[in-house]
Amino acid sequence: MSGIDADDVVLGEVGIDAGSPLRAVLETRADVLAMTQATHDAALRPRDPGGLTHGERAALATRIARLNREEGLAAHYEAMRRETKSSQETAGIADPAFKGTAGTRLAAIIAYTDLASLSPKDARAQDIQSLKDAGIDDADIVRLAELNAFLAYQIRLVAGLRLMKERGQ
Amino acid sequence: MSEPIHEFTTEVPHWRPRVKPIDLAEASAEQLDALKVTPSNTKVSDYVLVLANDVETLKVRTPLFNAIMYNRGGLSRAERELGAVAASIVNRCIYCAAVHSSRYNQLAKDEAVMKRIFADGVAARLEPRQSAILSFAAKLSEAPSKADESDMDALVEAGLDPSEILDLILSASLFGWANRLMHTLGDPLPRDKEEA
Repeated sequence: MSGIDADDVVLGEVGIDAGSPLRAVLETRADVLAMTQATHDAALRPRDPGGLTHGERAALATRIARLNREEGLAAHYEAMRRETKSSQETAGIADPAFKGTAGTRLAAIIAYTDLASLSPKDARAQDIQSLKDAGIDDADIVRLAELNAFLAYQIRLVAGLRLMKERGQ
Repeated sequence: MSEPIHEFTTEVPHWRPRVKPIDLAEASAEQLDALKVTPSNTKVSDYVLVLANDVETLKVRTPLFNAIMYNRGGLSRAERELGAVAASIVNRCIYCAAVHSSRYNQLAKDEAVMKRIFADGVAARLEPRQSAILSFAAKLSEAPSKADESDMDALVEAGLDPSEILDLILSASLFGWANRLMHTLGDPLPRDKEEA
């Protein structure tokens, strides 16, 4: 019997056939895949979302996937965002060309997300201060950082597994 | 006040948060549970106290970290640390690089590899198996990932089996996560000055 959830987001995205050699290897790390799915749910749909709504989280995740050219994952998060009945403005976050109105909370969240996604090495103290200056409290800064950090992990896991699949492993 | 460290080192720095760690005295039952705080264990790092601001993620993240870095079989412990260091070099997470390069040194009983990586970056000349691991993990850590078929071929040619490759993907990817927390939410400071 398989220990991997049929709805596992990472496996669904890579497209791993039952009975394939890669599937067999992944079964040996079924616990890791289950915990990966649990962190996906905690980062995207927490019971207590704090100041970062489920809609904003899904829209940010769509944006991050697009920044990493992971269109399949972007479609997954876009579908999640649609389920949240979020505003037009929130939906707009998913477009990497949209930066928000300078000086607003949304612009600060987007600026951090683009930095953390694409060049975290360039992060400075001022980047966190900018979030505070935009009125985002410390707990929400951590929530935003965890969302970004989880996506970085998931996107690389998908990219790596896809290479294994293509190699026929 | 001490200045943050900008150069890679195997000496683990002090980590100074840029956001408030939670106050243990005011922590919720869920936070205390996620922190594994008990009457006999009340010592929790500032880093974990910062992450406790998002307790739902912390609670599931900690066991995931432990499984990826410590579970049995697959890639050796030292080579998982090499994957973690590769990501930390790309993302310039001084703190993560220090913790995981020093663990690598302890596990491999060899300091030459990390010296070369700190001097020459991810292009450092190492033995073929170490080079293949370092190069793949570093490319996977770019945004978007730059790892391609030739990097995967290099791992196979260097003798890594599929279970080892899976563990390498997991450890490198995991540090895409850890680096983004450590490096954006705090500063690495020289330990001596901080403790003095």
